[in-house]
Amino acid sequence: MHLILFLLFAALCLAGAVNLLFQTHPINSALSLIVVMTSLAVLYLLLGAEFLAAAQVIVYAGAIMVLFTFVVMLLNAGREERTLGSRASWAVGFPAVAVMLAILATVVLHIQGLGGASFGDNLSSQPGETNLDQLSQVLFTNLLLPFEVTSVLILVAILGAVALARHTEPERTGSK
Amino acid sequence: MMHLLQQEVPLSLYLLLSAVLFSLGIMGFLIKRNLITVFMSIELMLNAVNLSFVTFAHHWHAVKGQIFVFFVMMVAAAEAAVGLAIIIAVFRARATLAVDRIDLMKL
Repeated sequence: MHLILFLLFAALCLAGAVNLLFQTHPINSALSLIVVMTSLAVLYLLLGAEFLAAAQVIVYAGAIMVLFTFVVMLLNAGREERTLGSRASWAVGFPAVAVMLAILATVVLHIQGLGGASFGDNLSSQPGETNLDQLSQVLFTNLLLPFEVTSVLILVAILGAVALARHTEPERTGSK
Repeated sequence: MMHLLQQEVPLSLYLLLSAVLFSLGIMGFLIKRNLITVFMSIELMLNAVNLSFVTFAHHWHAVKGQIFVFFVMMVAAAEAAVGLAIIIAVFRARATLAVDRIDLMKL
């Protein structure tokens, strides 16, 4: 069951990521990125991270991608024109990506004792303790300060976004 | 068939998927010529790293990896908001989204 679900959603994930590369219209890329993120949520669920699967769907596939599609439509982004890009990206970038992927793949496939994941896995050893229990236990006791600092970060981001995106019209300041 | 249903998936496959997704993100970053899709490639890379975190959290039976993913999600949300605001400001100044024409700081 786990194997079938993994293969299905890993394939969907890869197909979405490849489709993101080959689509020329940004809205199609955004939709394929939603496919990638939703399949990743299923993979999180398979790895016993129920809360993160829900957060992935709500925050990533929901909020962030809505923001992306909103900006694509707001700016009326059309088809991108394909150019070759810079010479540096062809000379250094793509070989570097290939080498990195090869190194990562060999290292990952040769790690000993990594174990496996089976269906219905849970990180907890105690019966009845859910993933959300464990997560909130650590998040609201040991890591309370970083959690609160994150809320300040979000506030700063909101203010920064508003300040950056606000349309300033200096010629009409006195008319109001 | 029952054997196939109960077989467990080696965690290295999850890590391999994460590495491939990350590489596809870098490829998109290099290939794409639209500012918004370049930004989407960055999100793809963040997601690939998150998958690695969750995989290792599963391996070590430690919930801290999942908490790190939670923080990455929060930072990614803030980053998306600010980044898209910057894209809107750039579009207003240059009236284009093509990265080839936003080259003021290029050597």
